[in-house]
Amino acid sequence: MNDSTLYFKEYFDQQQTGTTSVLNDHRQQAFAAFSQLGVPGVKHEEWKYTRINSLFNTQYRLQSADTLQAADINDLRLPAHEAANELVFINGRYVAALSTLRSKNLVLLPLNEAAEGEYAAIVDQHYGHSADYLRDGINALNTALSDGGIYLHIGKNTEIEHPVYIYHIVDARAEAVLAQPRSLVYLGQNAGVTIVETYHTIGNADSFTNQVFEVAVEKDARLEYYKIQNDVASANLVSTSHIRQTGASHVNTVTISLNGGIVRNNLNLVLEAPYCEGHLYGLYFQQGNSHVDNHTIVDNVAPNCLSYELYKGILDEQSTGVFNGKIFVRQPAQKTNAYQTNKNVLLSKTASVNTKPQLEIFADDVKCSHGCTVGQLDEEALFYLRSRGITQQAAQALLLQGFALDVLEKIKLAPIRAYVDSLIAGRLQFTQS
Amino acid sequence: MLNIQNLHAEIEGKKILKGLNLEIKPGEVHAIMGPNGAGKSTLASVLAGREHFDVTGGTVDFLGKDLLDLAPEERAGEGLFLAFQYPVEIPGLTTTNFIKTAVNQIRKYRGEEPLDAVAFLKMMKEKMAITNIDQSLLSRSLNEGFSGGEKKRNEVFQMAMLEPKLAILDETDSGLDIDAIRIVANGVNKLRSKDNAVLVVTHYQRLLDYIIPDFVHVLYDGRIVKSGPKELALELEEKGYDFIRNEVKVGQEA
Repeated sequence: MNDSTLYFKEYFDQQQTGTTSVLNDHRQQAFAAFSQLGVPGVKHEEWKYTRINSLFNTQYRLQSADTLQAADINDLRLPAHEAANELVFINGRYVAALSTLRSKNLVLLPLNEAAEGEYAAIVDQHYGHSADYLRDGINALNTALSDGGIYLHIGKNTEIEHPVYIYHIVDARAEAVLAQPRSLVYLGQNAGVTIVETYHTIGNADSFTNQVFEVAVEKDARLEYYKIQNDVASANLVSTSHIRQTGASHVNTVTISLNGGIVRNNLNLVLEAPYCEGHLYGLYFQQGNSHVDNHTIVDNVAPNCLSYELYKGILDEQSTGVFNGKIFVRQPAQKTNAYQTNKNVLLSKTASVNTKPQLEIFADDVKCSHGCTVGQLDEEALFYLRSRGITQQAAQALLLQGFALDVLEKIKLAPIRAYVDSLIAGRLQFTQS
Repeated sequence: MLNIQNLHAEIEGKKILKGLNLEIKPGEVHAIMGPNGAGKSTLASVLAGREHFDVTGGTVDFLGKDLLDLAPEERAGEGLFLAFQYPVEIPGLTTTNFIKTAVNQIRKYRGEEPLDAVAFLKMMKEKMAITNIDQSLLSRSLNEGFSGGEKKRNEVFQMAMLEPKLAILDETDSGLDIDAIRIVANGVNKLRSKDNAVLVVTHYQRLLDYIIPDFVHVLYDGRIVKSGPKELALELEEKGYDFIRNEVKVGQEA
């Protein structure tokens, strides 16, 4: 820890004396880890192309703020929110007063409470599991300082009819803010839910969200999980989602990154039981000086699992992108099927992308494939469209929409799909007639 | 309609067209034949506005406008259509969405209102029947995984939808069997009228059995060296391009 992060210690000490919680043990260990590991620099292999040291030069507000009213966040609500469960986090803390729980069979508890009651065993089993995969100060910092996190419980044979919209809102009107939302989601046997997360900063001061979202998915359960990132350039984000498939289950994730400052997504899928199926899709479409880094890990622990991964990137102006896709196949994980593809289109000479597949295979009877491409828009395709009377701009838009389609069509929630389509059409300044 | 005067064009410094003259009037069908490397596809590309080709001399007047001064999409707006030798595969864009965008962008260029959904569907049905193309093909990504014949039929379907004044068919018969050629040619013939014109660019005479030209021109070494009625195509087929080479040689020596 250096001078610029000393105030974390002060805040940590206050927290430890002010609360008694089972989670305090986790916090102590995590703070020790953060003190030892520090902020990952470019020498850290997993952070080579994403430099976040400079984000720690700012002194952030760590305390909660109850400055926002419902009226302040109405514009941020997602389409069809009238039929959704809406969970609102302000500066990293769940705010019940701004949230709406529509599904009666959805159990929501503060993490502190869940850690000690009926669900204590589940929390104990799954809370902090992501740290085994992300050995860096950033993950530890969330565990050390996060408060106001939630536990979501979807019981056995429970289908949550209304999607769960989670809004991560930072109020940076008065000062720079570090928000560290924390969630643990449990899908019991044969449970099903759709979760959509969005990120917004209000105000012009710097905002830095360091999120950890952990999920356990039991046998026959189904998780649809979408992330939509379209924040302002002063908003930086490290968003970690760690999904354990503890029984033969189905997980589909789509990560859409359209705007922001520095955005780092860690998405881990741990296939712990035979016959798990996991899908990881992503689209990043960047302008200005934005930077988006998608780090994914698919860990095949058990045999006969299938994972399918497709990430596509469009990079314009001076934007930079990173894709790092790790696939582990452990020795017992025979008959693994694991596919990974990353495709990128560079729209300017100053945009760039670093893409890296990493396969570590210890079983001998597996099917694994990976491929990545970086290129420009096809000149001949552009000419073909223009020769039919379509303007250069519209031709480019049609080609890019076509490029993005096989990721976008994986968003199965219609209003969210339409919303993302409209964001992209707006970016391209073109709507298909 | 189209008047090409003394057209010179090159690619990467290599001279391809070396003073080409051609005039096409409404209602006419012209065929340009010639050996490989004569400049046939270059002519089609230059007329449609493909980049990479530098026009170094000459003029092209299309319906009173300087064609060479227009962007490819503006040429389409003015009524020019190029059926590609190698239609491009575009994943994620259906032919229907593509052609709807094209129709409405051309209408916008001409200052017309976009077609509404009902009018567009009616037009689609009509043109599908004329060009013998199936709905299922149009719902798929543009040309992706299409056979050679399907791609060329799709080109003729696009031509039918856009109703060009001048259609240029660039080696439309290449890679097609005789049945596919007949279907494609039938489509083109149904679209002919006294107001529009067709320029068929082809290496072989066989397409001209089905699209009967009013004039046949022989392109050789960047210029049209011989023009004649449709029988010229048969003569070329019979004698091969060597006879042109010899004629040109004799002409130059004389």
